[in-house]
Amino acid sequence: MAAPRDKLGRPIVVVTGMGVATSLGAGKSDNWKKLTAGESGIRTITRFPIDGLKTTMAGTIDFVPIEPFSSTDLSERLADLVAEEAIAQAGIGSAGNFPGPLFLANAPIELEWPQRDELARTIGKAEFKYDDLLTASGGGRFVPWHRRFLFGSISDHLAERFGTKGSPISLSTACASGATAIQLGVEAIRRGETDAALCVATEGSVNPEALIRFSLLSALSTQNTPPQAASKPFSKNRDGFVMAEGAGALVLESYEGATARGAKILGVLAGCGELTDSFHRTRSSPDGKPIIGCVRKALADAGMTPEQIDHINAHGTATPENDKMEYLGISTVFGERAKEIPISSNKSMVGHTISAAGAVEAVFSLLTLEHQRIPPTINYEIPDPAIPFDVVPNKARDAKVTAVMSNSFGFGGQNASLILTREPA
Amino acid sequence: MTEIKVARRGPAEVWITGIGLATSLGEGLDANWQGLQDRRVNVDETNFAPYIVHPFAPVNFDTQIPKKGDQRQMEAWQRIGTYAAGLALDSAGVKGNKEILSRMDMIVAAGGGERDLAVDEAILTAQAKGNVPPGFLNERLMNDLRPTLFLAQLSNLLAGNIAIVHGVTGTSRTFMGEETAAVDAARIALARIVDGESDIALIGGAQNGERKDLLVLYEFGDFNLKNKFAPLWARSEHPGFALGSAGAFLVIESKAHAEARGAKPFARLTQVLGDHAPRKQPGQITRSLEALWNKLKLTGDTAAVITGATGAEPATAEEHAFLASHPGRAIRATGTMFGHTMEAQFPIGLALAALSISRGELFPANDSSGFEIEMSAPPSQIVVIGTGHWRGEGMALVEAIS
Repeated sequence: MAAPRDKLGRPIVVVTGMGVATSLGAGKSDNWKKLTAGESGIRTITRFPIDGLKTTMAGTIDFVPIEPFSSTDLSERLADLVAEEAIAQAGIGSAGNFPGPLFLANAPIELEWPQRDELARTIGKAEFKYDDLLTASGGGRFVPWHRRFLFGSISDHLAERFGTKGSPISLSTACASGATAIQLGVEAIRRGETDAALCVATEGSVNPEALIRFSLLSALSTQNTPPQAASKPFSKNRDGFVMAEGAGALVLESYEGATARGAKILGVLAGCGELTDSFHRTRSSPDGKPIIGCVRKALADAGMTPEQIDHINAHGTATPENDKMEYLGISTVFGERAKEIPISSNKSMVGHTISAAGAVEAVFSLLTLEHQRIPPTINYEIPDPAIPFDVVPNKARDAKVTAVMSNSFGFGGQNASLILTREPA
Repeated sequence: MTEIKVARRGPAEVWITGIGLATSLGEGLDANWQGLQDRRVNVDETNFAPYIVHPFAPVNFDTQIPKKGDQRQMEAWQRIGTYAAGLALDSAGVKGNKEILSRMDMIVAAGGGERDLAVDEAILTAQAKGNVPPGFLNERLMNDLRPTLFLAQLSNLLAGNIAIVHGVTGTSRTFMGEETAAVDAARIALARIVDGESDIALIGGAQNGERKDLLVLYEFGDFNLKNKFAPLWARSEHPGFALGSAGAFLVIESKAHAEARGAKPFARLTQVLGDHAPRKQPGQITRSLEALWNKLKLTGDTAAVITGATGAEPATAEEHAFLASHPGRAIRATGTMFGHTMEAQFPIGLALAALSISRGELFPANDSSGFEIEMSAPPSQIVVIGTGHWRGEGMALVEAIS
């Protein structure tokens, strides 16, 4: 019998359910099929006018209709989809009664333009001031918008729908949010507070203002034609990330709890690492130390050495800065092996699902372990000589994979790394 | 079962060793304490009329955020928070201590940043006049939004700025979700230290209440206090909250860690509990608070209560009913003096509880309804309550270190 505790004496945390949705489709099987076929989910935006925009494509999810559109509504629907898939696979609890807390990663919630426009229309005159908007807001006409645009709105809904226990947590650590949600679940189980946790991350942010915000920071690719080729992680001609929507969910359980109820174990959350970068709001410290420290903390937390990692699911956003820094960090920790270990970026196909990326990529990492097949980095035509990674260029590859590292690095100095394995160490 | 022996520490005792307060009453512990002694309330009833807000008392931001460039990259809520976080680090005696700051864990309870109201207003009025082309919104936003405004709005960039300005770089997590985000921040940070995962943490939140876009959100639910200020327990005829402006941060750490560096504690943080009661039937909030209360390790019946009750209904009436069922206790509602600072309200409660314990007296009542009574004995236990205006209930126990 395997030990129910890890090398550091903590309960082992396993995954018993997963759900995923991206611009490639809904559900694990559709996503995995397309991901390993090297398909792109990036397309020209049709949701709103693209006139005057520098970037006109994104990984939008158009198969979940939301009318009138709001990113918060889409994020909530995606979170519902993936949580449902994960809980169904885990077969845990009963309908509306999940036996553990919720950790949700979502983008900061705010009133959006369709609502702001509707509010302005109720004023009924062409000349008005912001104070008129404020006056028009009251009186009960827009009560549902208070509920909708609170920061805790989506977690509130999920907690009620799935019957999670205790105070649900909504969090944001920018592009590392999905990984942080998983990390919080892992920690709660290790502390013995719960036997199970529902970790969800969701992103539905392709709206004009969100796109323009990233565009004004020069973070987005402008290689609009063809859209499928825009996201070029680790390529010499990469020029930014592609915004995308998606969601991922994991049901985490203690190994003891999962085996006691006879659940199928899909993988192990062996380690988590996190370290903050204080160099700049949007850029990494040039010495790479925070990334290096983050990766090392994840290895130490898992009680593993770099030699035991056989695949890295990269952050790989395709911004000139990120990919360079990721190479510096990985090559420092992994040494010569950095050139041999297969490192692929799912973002080449699904784009950057921002708040959801850490969870979406954790699901893909677990599918990699399950299928013993590594998804490719597509659009890799012109290698960057400064980044001599084996990026699994353009075609998926069968490989023996026992441990995957999944990295997430975000604005505000947020760095998080997860280590996922097939079996308890 | 295989037994593996490991050097797990814990359960650790946790002390509050640093407090940073910058509010509408002033900056620092003495100014806020004096404001409370004087029963001072700083409200602006004119600039946002008919809405009432508590304006931020001016500070010299340079003293905690020395680089003007950093200040320019932040909107007011981030400046207030970064400033208060600096005060907390000073108070704990760890400011500039790279060794400690590099492994300090941080959980910030955050909302989001101010919009550019002039840009919004210009776009909406142009659209109201009609005949705008399809790409009008894109064009205006591309041209009129300040490129770095986004960073000043992003929730996790308060933590990001604290890392940049003060060098807090262990871990950085930002919780969102109004009042309860701060309850959960304190709850998780405490649990991690108790369990030995962490030695020292910075927790807190900030809000700038002088914001029309924030007033819009709460006006949707008719939550804003209008026309005339009234103390929190005297709002039954006109319920609501006056948005407050404050940054409130605390440094909490294990007793062993504090002792090893010779830090002097304000108080012990013993428990932080959170709940998420369904609020569909009358009485559910009252029952949730009662259930949390019953989990507290209270000794005797002398514990005082500092509540962040918002003034919103039915939550405040339900909390009042719960408190009334525990008569004879000294109760203080921070909403009267500080307004409703949302994510900062629970940290303000924790800060004032720790301060009251360390100064050996509870601050005076400030309540025209007679619900708050004076307390002459030095408080040894103070319960901090955070009931969300719309969702979430939280409670903490802060104690004197005997």
